[in-house]
Amino acid sequence: MLKEKDKIFLNIHGFHDRSIKGVMSRGCWNDTKALISKGPDHIIKTIQDSGLRGRGGAGFPTGLKWSFMPKSNEKPKYLVVNADESEPGTCKDREILRHEPHSLLEGCLLAGIAMGCSASYIYIRGEYVREREQLEVAINEAYEKGFLGKNACKTGLSFDIYSHHGAGAYICGEETALLESLEGRKGMPRMKPPFPAGAGLYGCPTTVNNVESIAVVPTILRRGSGWFSGLGRKNNHGTKLFAISGHVNSPCVVEEEMSISLRELIDKHCGGVMSGWDNLKAVIPGGASVPLIPKSVCDDALMDFDWLKEQRSGLGTAAVIVMDQSTDIIKAIWRLSKFYKHESCGQCTPCREGTGWMMRIMERLVIGQASVEEIDMLVEITKQVEGHTICALGDAAAWPIQGLMRHFRNEVEDRIMTYSSQKAIQAAE
Amino acid sequence: MLRRLSTDQPEKFNFTKVNLNWAKAQLKKYPKGRQASAVIPILWRAQEQEGWVSKPAIEFVADFLDMPEVRVLEVATFYFMFHLKPVGSKAHFQVCGTTPCMLRGSEELMNVCKARINEKQHSLSTDGSMSWEEVECLGGCANAPLVQIGSDYFEDLDKSSFEKLIADVEEDKSPVPGSRTGRFSSEPASMTKKYSRKKSSSENASIERFRG
Amino acid sequence: MATRKVKIDETIQDFDENLTIIQACELSGIQIPRFCYHEKLSIAGNCRMCLVEVVGGPPKPTASCAMQLKDLRPGPNGQPPQVLTNSEMVKNARKGVMEFLLINHPLDCPICDQGGECDLQDQAMSFGLGKSRYAEDKRTVEDFDLGPLVETHMTRCISCTRCVRFTTEVAGIDQMGQTGRGEDSEIVTYLSHTLDSELQGNIIDLCPVGALTSKPYAFTARPWELQKTETIDVMDGVGSNIRVDSKGNRVMRIMPRENHFVNEEWISDKSRFVWDGIRVQRLDTPFKKINGNFVSISWEDALLLASEKLKNGKTTFVSGDLISTEALYAASKLSEYLGGTKVLGDLETRCPLDGRSVYVGNGKIEDIDNAKNILLLGSNPRKEASVINARIRKAWLTGTAVYRLGLEENLTYDVKEVGYSFFDLQSFLNKMSSKKSFWADTIFLVGYSFLNSKSSDSALNLVRSLVERYKSKFLVLHPNASAVGALDLGYEVVSDVKQKFLGEATTIYNLGCDTLPLNQESFVIYQGSHGDKGAVSADLILPSTCYLEEDGIFVNTEGRGQYARKAIQPPGKAKENWRILRALSERLGFTPSYLDLNGLRSALFKEIPFMSRPGEIIEVPWKKVQKKRELVSKTPLASYVKNYYLSNSICRASETMGKLAKVRNSINFKKAS
Ligand SMILES: Cc1cc2nc3c(=O)[nH]c(=O)nc-3n(C[C@H](O)[C@H](O)[C@H](O)COP(=O)(O)O)c2cc1C
Ligand code: SF4
Ligand code: FES
Repeated sequence: MLKEKDKIFLNIHGFHDRSIKGVMSRGCWNDTKALISKGPDHIIKTIQDSGLRGRGGAGFPTGLKWSFMPKSNEKPKYLVVNADESEPGTCKDREILRHEPHSLLEGCLLAGIAMGCSASYIYIRGEYVREREQLEVAINEAYEKGFLGKNACKTGLSFDIYSHHGAGAYICGEETALLESLEGRKGMPRMKPPFPAGAGLYGCPTTVNNVESIAVVPTILRRGSGWFSGLGRKNNHGTKLFAISGHVNSPCVVEEEMSISLRELIDKHCGGVMSGWDNLKAVIPGGASVPLIPKSVCDDALMDFDWLKEQRSGLGTAAVIVMDQSTDIIKAIWRLSKFYKHESCGQCTPCREGTGWMMRIMERLVIGQASVEEIDMLVEITKQVEGHTICALGDAAAWPIQGLMRHFRNEVEDRIMTYSSQKAIQAAE
Repeated sequence: MLRRLSTDQPEKFNFTKVNLNWAKAQLKKYPKGRQASAVIPILWRAQEQEGWVSKPAIEFVADFLDMPEVRVLEVATFYFMFHLKPVGSKAHFQVCGTTPCMLRGSEELMNVCKARINEKQHSLSTDGSMSWEEVECLGGCANAPLVQIGSDYFEDLDKSSFEKLIADVEEDKSPVPGSRTGRFSSEPASMTKKYSRKKSSSENASIERFRG
Repeated sequence: MATRKVKIDETIQDFDENLTIIQACELSGIQIPRFCYHEKLSIAGNCRMCLVEVVGGPPKPTASCAMQLKDLRPGPNGQPPQVLTNSEMVKNARKGVMEFLLINHPLDCPICDQGGECDLQDQAMSFGLGKSRYAEDKRTVEDFDLGPLVETHMTRCISCTRCVRFTTEVAGIDQMGQTGRGEDSEIVTYLSHTLDSELQGNIIDLCPVGALTSKPYAFTARPWELQKTETIDVMDGVGSNIRVDSKGNRVMRIMPRENHFVNEEWISDKSRFVWDGIRVQRLDTPFKKINGNFVSISWEDALLLASEKLKNGKTTFVSGDLISTEALYAASKLSEYLGGTKVLGDLETRCPLDGRSVYVGNGKIEDIDNAKNILLLGSNPRKEASVINARIRKAWLTGTAVYRLGLEENLTYDVKEVGYSFFDLQSFLNKMSSKKSFWADTIFLVGYSFLNSKSSDSALNLVRSLVERYKSKFLVLHPNASAVGALDLGYEVVSDVKQKFLGEATTIYNLGCDTLPLNQESFVIYQGSHGDKGAVSADLILPSTCYLEEDGIFVNTEGRGQYARKAIQPPGKAKENWRILRALSERLGFTPSYLDLNGLRSALFKEIPFMSRPGEIIEVPWKKVQKKRELVSKTPLASYVKNYYLSNSICRASETMGKLAKVRNSINFKKAS
């Protein structure tokens, strides 16, 4: 279990003073100038050495991503923070936005300056109105203190942070859709290349990072890359915010060490699975888009990128959705299919047409009104969507169904059998 | 869901003075010539003012941001938080129905909506004061199930606390946002106890300070 | 141009590295299926039909329309990147996309106008599954009203967004969009408004399925029943290349043919939809005016009467706007024989338009693409040459600055105003006089309202002196199809056509000009196809074929002669224009050297050799500029085309054009975007 002293987010639940005074008493904004004065290369190198991998879902090494930003200053450069948090199960960035906004702001400044950016936009999902208000209070505080603006932290450098919000569209979490949305259009993903580092916001070099990826930066810079990389397993370092929902006694958001075992996470923080570990049926370990893992895999599961990937699942956003034996697992996955159908932007054919089709078949499977062959057909359809779309939403829509069929095909078949035998009986009567 | 403009439309739209000034200030956030960036925030403000986004509002915003009307219409219909027709005058309940909330009883909440408000979502209650809809994941899964009303989240609900919430709204009692089980935010239950020993506020202090 | 070696399937070849995979494949003769991709539109990459496998790339197929060769990664040992266009991965992907496109498609090919020429139908045959596995309900979609030209069947729409991209990018109107999201997104126009564009018909061709079809053509024919004739349009001076589809002796529709130098692959709505005016108001027999009434007479009598009138006194031949060069040549010969005069009927100017370098210029339409500055002088290209206007817009989108002398009208792009009068032009030129590099990259487009104005001779001279000095480009935008041909043949321009007639002619031989002043005291012979203004004011009518009924050469505004071909038979007793003139010549005792059209052409080519090279622009020697004078006239330049949809006799006979003129009486004046 993560020691108190290794925690980055000291006020993640908001118990303590959230004013800038309280924040500074916990170490935030403490001589930020000194961190900046070590230079951009130092910042990027430290983050690279720390082994920080993006917290937005894909787990791409953050320092490496920053190093892709062009060095020339021909055009303005931007850091865009992805606070669109809409992946079902995920509610960790929310806690940073409302309870630890200054970590995020300080992180923006450090990361932004390291990449030569002049400004940062924080794109918050529209539903998080209160969270945005909190963030805006913090932004104002930071400007008042001179941490941001013309002569940010007295470094002579100018850096601005703006909050911006959406209005209800999961797809705007996809980084290029987010940029489209930020430019005032529908959130339709762009094709890559060009990648945002080449042509992003307003056609300028841009890096998009998750809230958590940025908010941990100041602490890593203060405590050193070695400290961060000393936590977790190889390639999976540091601390991580986990959001645990579903059938646990006490759902919550907690900061833990990367690679913690699933069982420890649930037992220590969530008061265990409802009616005990043995009552566990399956877990979606990384937000809606990763395939579920059944109890047998959960027993040994380590919560990090590589371990879960080996099990053909993923850490994603570390949003753990727990399902006990009472769960209608087919329905649970159908509901995710409904989500993806609802959230498909409609731009590319396989996703626009495929998400609806998959959902409709899933809808029938929930009651068993289908033939067994349709299971294979459904899996084939998921394969026709996967990898054929502009953005990864198509993949995200395919994987939960693939996970279901991989691990619970029996249950789906049983449902079909029951339904057809009932029909037969009804017909006979 | 098909999203079209309502067939009933008001004559015109205008920002109040305060909102107009606010909108003008928004433009400063974006580089010159990029004022279209502000389309969502400004449409949002229009919705906050009127309760929904009307055709005159779309045309006003198009003019204000120097955008073609159809581009604003695209935005208004793409983002589902924009209501394209009037919603309940007192409250529009947005019940999260996605799996994490479903696992913890959101269907029961929707049954309450059906019984108390209207059998159909996106339809007004008989007196026009309330309406509801099922929305996708609100990003509060550790406090599931939850409902959004306006800017606020009401969390850790169950059938009876939700019924109470609706009753409070009906009686204009302006219910306090946040958890309905005494949690402060999304902390583990064990911490709630520790916390409440430290601070004796019975209400959700986290939310209260939000508003201040 | 940097090149790159790429291996496509098994062949390695060098390509421009800026090409996309789909373009490279096309160059090497491999056709990649596609729906959303279109060479002339921005890349959307949304249909996913064009997926190919990039060896060594990510383990999923790549959209070939969107991937540039320079972004491909080389092999592990630096080998050229390899693209597979027909691997298992590719086949599966295509099959999948095809299936998705069809699940919500109504599959109503038998009643669809696109049937037989539908990309979806063709590709379903090549890449589809054969039978549908989709057991769910199909989506329903509502249609919307796009006005008199374009019919919508939105259930067939596959959301490729070509129409939206065309209207915003090429046509320059922001009225179409895709609203909603996901499965339920819809292609719409803002609140179902009719589109404010002269180019909207092109979305019919662009729509790869039958969602947007031609309203006038609806359900009238199947593609395989149609006779296709490749010819040239005459609705303006552009000389757009068109294909006329006819059934029996009826024109069913007109479509563009691609010609990069002229109309790219667009045509204006006027060119496309005017065909319903071909058979209306036709002059199908000779008429003679007796006491103010027209009485039909035989050809024999008509020619007799005409020859009598021509024999005595002085005759002026007047060219119209839709008449072929051959007919003008035949008239010209007759005029010489009679010692008459010949004038251009549609342009009044004091400019001595002597020599091609004056009345055509030294520029070409394609020069617009590369100019840094475009100066519109008394021309509204949106109305006078809609497809050229799209070309100017295209240049503007890439950063070309457009300046305008003349009235402020929305051209679909932003313009910098020079002013209204020649005086304003003079001030502008003074201001810019020191900017050499500005002028070097400039093309002047001079319109008829410039040439029509007082002191246009000095003004044109001044413009030409800049062109001469700085090697700028200069092109006269003639709004009429016959103008350059007539000028080539020596038809005169005069400052006041009316004056000229009143002064001199006893007989006017009018070759389809409908803008002549009425109430002539002279005897007027009208040779033309439609019973329009010109015919009404005539004393004798000789019915002739129109542009779709005879072969003919038309020289476009940049001096490019092009062959129009006969697509249908003329009605009644109407005869080919040159033939009427030849018969009349014989009647008058003058036997032309030619017997048939080929003979006529040989004679014409002998006199004007460059006419013999159709499709080409012939460089002509630059005529030196005369002395210059200050421009002082403050008279604003008036606009030339008054009613876009009703600008010639065929348009005026067309019901569709009449409807359009009503719906879009004036072109919307809102700002460009
Ligand atoms: C459909 C979709 C939704 C996404 N939603 C989010 C999101 O809500 N928040 C987020 O940080 N990243 C989201 N991402 C990932 C982003 O595209 C991007 O990878 C991430 O913001 C990068 O930040 P990181 O490198 O710090 O992880 C989403 C990706 C996809 C394909
Ligand atoms: S995969 Fe879905 S969400 Fe992504 S671009 Fe395609 S249609 Fe839009
Ligand atoms: S043609 Fe490439 S995606 Fe449509």
